[in-house]
Amino acid sequence: MPEQPLLTKDREPRSDPTAEAGPPRARAIGRLSIGRLASGRLANGRLATGRLANGRLATGRLANGRLATGWIGRALPRTGRALGPWVVPLLVLTVWQTTAKTGALPPRILPAPEAVLRAGTDLAATGELQHHILTSLRRIAQGFALGAATGLLLGFGVGMSKAAEILLDRSLQMVRTIPHLALVPLMIAWFGIGEEPKVLLVALGTFFPVYLNTVTGIRGVDPKLLQLGRSYGLGRWRLVRDIAIPGAMPTVLAGIRYSLGVAWMTLVVAETISASDGIGYLAQDARQLLRTDQIVLAILLYALAGLFADLLTRLIERKVLRWHPNYRRPGSR
Amino acid sequence: MAPQLPPSGVPVTPDRAGARLSLEGVGRRYGDRWVLKDLDLEVEPGSFVSFLGPSGAGKSTLLRIVAGLEQPSSGTARLHGSGPRPPMARMMFQEDRLLPWRSAEDNVLLGVRGRREEARALLDAVGLADRGDAWPSALSGGQRQRVALARALLHHPELLLLDEPFGALDAITRIAMQRLLERMWLDQPRTVLLVTHDVEEALVLSDRVLVLADGSVGRDLSIDLPRGDRRGHPRLVSWKEELLRDLVEPASAAPGAA
Repeated sequence: MPEQPLLTKDREPRSDPTAEAGPPRARAIGRLSIGRLASGRLANGRLATGRLANGRLATGRLANGRLATGWIGRALPRTGRALGPWVVPLLVLTVWQTTAKTGALPPRILPAPEAVLRAGTDLAATGELQHHILTSLRRIAQGFALGAATGLLLGFGVGMSKAAEILLDRSLQMVRTIPHLALVPLMIAWFGIGEEPKVLLVALGTFFPVYLNTVTGIRGVDPKLLQLGRSYGLGRWRLVRDIAIPGAMPTVLAGIRYSLGVAWMTLVVAETISASDGIGYLAQDARQLLRTDQIVLAILLYALAGLFADLLTRLIERKVLRWHPNYRRPGSR
Repeated sequence: MAPQLPPSGVPVTPDRAGARLSLEGVGRRYGDRWVLKDLDLEVEPGSFVSFLGPSGAGKSTLLRIVAGLEQPSSGTARLHGSGPRPPMARMMFQEDRLLPWRSAEDNVLLGVRGRREEARALLDAVGLADRGDAWPSALSGGQRQRVALARALLHHPELLLLDEPFGALDAITRIAMQRLLERMWLDQPRTVLLVTHDVEEALVLSDRVLVLADGSVGRDLSIDLPRGDRRGHPRLVSWKEELLRDLVEPASAAPGAA
């Protein structure tokens, strides 16, 4: 039989051959991470049941006649669920607008929302805004692609091959302890204010979350499923493709989502310190001219970008993990 | 909830085929402990053999050795097929071990290319014709085990290894699954080894029941009752009592006690 490091866990003689039972680990991880499970008797004596493994809501009538759902609080109507998330932002915006209008909030500290909007349209009219946004997006895309690709590659390698683990894991774990932003001065010394330091820093910030989660994901794949695949005659490549990779996917995607946040954060720092364009440069330039409206605009642009990145990964998760009860839309099969 | 099974369309072969199993002096050691000791066993092609025994008696280990998932520490385990190719063995576990990211139908198709029609026919035969698209998480425990059975049968194994396949099911579903399994076995010639804790399950389904104790064969019973409705048969009841006594007091199950 050829060497199959992927399966080492399985081949060691087990002291107790009956220790086979137990829930598949991969499923348990996915379920825990969602954090929605609520079960057990609540303080007020009502019984709340949680989301079941098959993704259906456990229902049962409470003492007061309402249906019990996976939530501890009472169920919200559909419109409430759709509009609810916007209540707090709208409230903040209203308070912001009123205080700015009455003069309680000096424009030097925080300009009114309409002033920020005007700063945006002014910059958009000259084409500057679009240029800065596109530059930042390009840097994120390049850095993220580089970092995520390397992280996935090395993560799958180390997760599946004992040799790769022995060779690489220790070194990578050592590099990981260095905060990647500490490399900013070195990067500037090496590359000046060109594109390389920004893209490389973003790549570095992206790499570790993706790498670590990929290794964890591969290790977390249920060894029983691997044993099954082997007993069904799957070769090494098909074990990887059909069992290891899909089994690791929930954890890998969590890492990718997290790394996108790190990527934006890294880009802010890199662009603020050394750049001649990009959203971070816009904020830095505005600071020198005391244009708080433009600074706030830049901050809001980052927030929007982060929001869209998160939405995108959620969409990908929903598509890739549609088999997983916790990621499924209610009502789908 | 016994599934109403359509005729599978497979002609019943009167002279049964399947793999012949020969174990000679098979032993398996974990550390210092011998889970199986010097086991000699011949299993006739096409027969249905069950293994009973207390936990840790080596039943599952024996199955894994036969499946090739483990190597014996001593002795040899051989499979002889009826054809020129080496016989194929497929295993079913207590947990369904369906891949949660594949639909029921794609789970059945694990390890084979094409043959989608055949997979659908098998799902139909196990009573899940309309559930082929479902994710495993949307199926009940019994349904998942039926998918697992269909998955094993798609390979036309000459040897089917069942490691407590119905142990986690409720009593009603278990009886339905036993009937399904017997039916599929009668339809298709193959050797079946079943590990179970359920004495009645072993007696109802098997041609031969073996009790493993301390790593070797204690009792070896030939069940020559007619198939169909064995459940209430007086001889089955007396065998059941005997076997239960064996299992509860392992000392009396020493070789030669039978």
